[in-house]
Amino acid sequence: MSDVYMSGKFVGTVEDGESFAGFLREERRRGSLSENANVFYDAATNEVHVEAAKGRLRRPLIVVRDGSPLLTSEHVEKLARNELKWSDLVKQGIIEYVDAAEEENVLVAFFEDELTSEHTHLELTPLAMFGVVTGLVPYANFNSAQKVNTGSKNQKQALGFYASNYMIRMDMDVNLLHEPQNPVVRSVLHDISDYEKHPSGQNLVVAVMSYKGYNMEDAIIINKGSIDRGMGRGSYYRPMISEELRYSGGLVDEICIPSKDVKGYKSEKDYRFLEEDGIIYPEAPIKEGDVVIGKTSPPRFLSSMEQYSLSAETRRESSVAMKHGEEGVVDFVLITESSEGNKLVQVKIRDQRIPEVGDKFSSRHGQKGVIGIIVPEADMPFTASGITPDIIFSPHSIPTRMTLAHLIELIAGKTGALAGRYVDGTVFASEPEEKIRKELLSLGFRNNGLETFYNGETGEQFEVSIFVGDMYYLRLKHMVANKIHSRARGPIQLLTRQPTEGRAKEGGLRLGEMEKDTFVAHGAAMLLKERFDSDRTIVPVCESCGMVAIYDEFKRRSYCQVCGESAISFIEISYAFKLILDEFKSLVLYPQLKLKTKY
Amino acid sequence: MRLWKGDVEKMVSDALKELQGILPESIYQSMAESLPEKLSESKAALVAKKLVAEYNEMKVEPGESVGLVAAESIGEPGTQMTLDTFHFAGVSEMNVTMGLPRIIEILDGRKKLITPMMEIYLKKPYSEGQDIKKVALMIKETCLQDIVTEFSINVADSRIEAQLDLLRMRELGISDVTLIKALKASVPSIVVDVKGSTLFMKAKAKESGVSDVFKLKEKAKEAYVKGVRGVTQVLPVRKNDEYVILTFGSNIKKVLQLPFVDETRTTTNDVFEIESTLGVEAARQAIIDEVYKVIETQGLNVDIRHLMLVADVMCANGKVKGITRYGVVSEKASVLARASFETPIKHIINASLYGEVDNLSSVVENVMLNQPIPVGTGITKLISKNK
Repeated sequence: MSDVYMSGKFVGTVEDGESFAGFLREERRRGSLSENANVFYDAATNEVHVEAAKGRLRRPLIVVRDGSPLLTSEHVEKLARNELKWSDLVKQGIIEYVDAAEEENVLVAFFEDELTSEHTHLELTPLAMFGVVTGLVPYANFNSAQKVNTGSKNQKQALGFYASNYMIRMDMDVNLLHEPQNPVVRSVLHDISDYEKHPSGQNLVVAVMSYKGYNMEDAIIINKGSIDRGMGRGSYYRPMISEELRYSGGLVDEICIPSKDVKGYKSEKDYRFLEEDGIIYPEAPIKEGDVVIGKTSPPRFLSSMEQYSLSAETRRESSVAMKHGEEGVVDFVLITESSEGNKLVQVKIRDQRIPEVGDKFSSRHGQKGVIGIIVPEADMPFTASGITPDIIFSPHSIPTRMTLAHLIELIAGKTGALAGRYVDGTVFASEPEEKIRKELLSLGFRNNGLETFYNGETGEQFEVSIFVGDMYYLRLKHMVANKIHSRARGPIQLLTRQPTEGRAKEGGLRLGEMEKDTFVAHGAAMLLKERFDSDRTIVPVCESCGMVAIYDEFKRRSYCQVCGESAISFIEISYAFKLILDEFKSLVLYPQLKLKTKY
Repeated sequence: MRLWKGDVEKMVSDALKELQGILPESIYQSMAESLPEKLSESKAALVAKKLVAEYNEMKVEPGESVGLVAAESIGEPGTQMTLDTFHFAGVSEMNVTMGLPRIIEILDGRKKLITPMMEIYLKKPYSEGQDIKKVALMIKETCLQDIVTEFSINVADSRIEAQLDLLRMRELGISDVTLIKALKASVPSIVVDVKGSTLFMKAKAKESGVSDVFKLKEKAKEAYVKGVRGVTQVLPVRKNDEYVILTFGSNIKKVLQLPFVDETRTTTNDVFEIESTLGVEAARQAIIDEVYKVIETQGLNVDIRHLMLVADVMCANGKVKGITRYGVVSEKASVLARASFETPIKHIINASLYGEVDNLSSVVENVMLNQPIPVGTGITKLISKNK
């Protein structure tokens, strides 16, 4: 007797759970049971679980009967001729979806020739166990699993050709690669996913060597000539949006060139690109601070007094301007209506991004690195045939990470490029390395990918041969231009008088609690004081009552507001401490400062 | 001829009168052990001189922030410990708290430990394995339910009938008389009688309902019969050619009174028990040993002097105090320093009620005011006289 559960609820018992589960599965394949149902027989507890609820993760498998798959070459031919569809195969019970529970009752063969009478299912293809992006990693079965994963993540961050209508789209933070190429080493998934319509990398000549140490710690060395020819070049697009909002009392925003009596007027220079309608014109070269959309807003708080006052109402400046450190060119201007019917202006800013030191690149095998130096083409090492590599990649990145596919792709890419063909690198079904090596040999190169190299600066031949080949490289979206940040002095917060935080606000980097501790541990008392001087203030303190006193700038004298005339001393404290004294006072506590000479 | 501590001390002090009493005794001791057998007096003096110089060199300089360095030295390896703590599961029968939770437990000064344990060393015949099982069982706490196979309630007579496990009683050395005595002591409101292998228990009060009898039964199950209270498990193990009893549950006060226990070496991991039985100095040493044990087993390396400082701070007032807002931190002199560590409002309000004065004599307060901290370069003050 075994219990039967339907969607987790007990519904009854059957004589033999295992055969009952088999019966249900047969019924499902015949079509009398929904193809969405899954059956699981738990031998440990002697229970049958039938699941039909949504939200289960399921995967398709070919049904196997008596050691032979139900899917025949006849089916495949029909599929190719479009006479049969995938859903037909599922309906006929040739392919079925199995969920995590039913998978426990199933024995799946990887390849057809592995099938025995024990097997119940056959994998569609080994590629099916990877996702769409991971399937794009060539020779992935030669990589450590972790690097296959990172390689797939890197591809998602690559600059590419994301949509062919990008010119008329208004996306946030878009990166576009100017000259994307199809990878020479590709997988079946490149065909399936129409990769040639949205490629995201370039085939580059990569030499595996160290050169002057500028590719230490995963950095890469880049050929300046390649950059000049457009390698890795991209554009960065950013929209700037402004809307004419309506406020209570019939007040509205106005998109225009703000007049000079507007509160918060910047300077004439900042508005110089605006046309009469208050909007910038296309192809205007703009730098930080330049206004893109001019706008004024009604005053924020209309007090009852002001409403009747004679003075003209002062409008606020609320233009959209380029932020600190930004520059670019206006790409196109769009004037529409928002969903509320307000006037909406969108301006797309374009900025050309030429690879620079610190920009991130990666192969498809999780071998990411930043540019360490850009070497003039004349100084790059070159081969006997005069080829200079685009990238010099460090050999130290290989051993611990075990990205064998990175090396295989180099050889395969080299062969493909020389022979003028694509190389199939589909996981578990790739062209064998031996075959590629033979082909490379027949093309007049050494079969191991090594070549004689010459020093670009002296012209001397290197004593070792260098492993060089072609591979698909991705430029990742992390660029220094978006991240560079430094500050010596700059804006401070109103409340605490401490520096602002964050790159956007040109902020400082906090020396935190634990960092403070290191100063204390070293006994560097004065250095610590100096580091915490950012909110230093000199405060007059009354010597009799110990409260913060007042300094009158006009009369040039200081006095205590509590005691009147009395002795006042000036002390140096952090503004944050003055603040906490004020907070104590607001709690009706009396924080008295007792002064005495330090010495 | 072997040199002894006294000899060395004499040689050194004869040669260098001015160095007398400078070096701690233990250094003379180790010097005596490592000096060659034949040594001229002048050479010994030279060695002593060097030793004094080395000793002074190793001293902490004035103004060194020892507390913070100790905190960082323990805290930094502590961050690594969080990851590997639970990798010891199921190595032995005794599952002991180790790693970070144990360190936190000790340094917080928790009264109730997660796994209180004792390591009981035995006197001569027993430490060689004689009657080891019997000895171990004498330490283990026995409740009534341990020697009873079945409890039943006789509703008609409103009494409890329990079937005694006679074999087990004989093993534990419990006779009927001792059982009755023990039960009367631990449950006073009961009338006990034994007939054969059946134990009859009845409430003293005349009228008692079934529910009262049931409650009594539950109470009687837990009744203490024999052994050391609090010791729930005993495990005799062989350790360096002698038998040692490891226990779960700790009650060192009672264990030290047992005649067969070697009271010089028997320990517990409960710092507070050590404090109440052996005093605060022993507790200080226990803190050092226990923390060091954890750090050692994790394969980390922390200088023992950092732990000594922490233990000193915890025991400074003659009572063990944890490093929490209720313990050591609550005794800081500075209001601002206390307020900067947890529950600031409580400290500020109380300070204002009592009119406390902060003399700004420590580090945290001065950081808050952006004044030079009285540590390191900030501890010296230089005044120049204008002539």
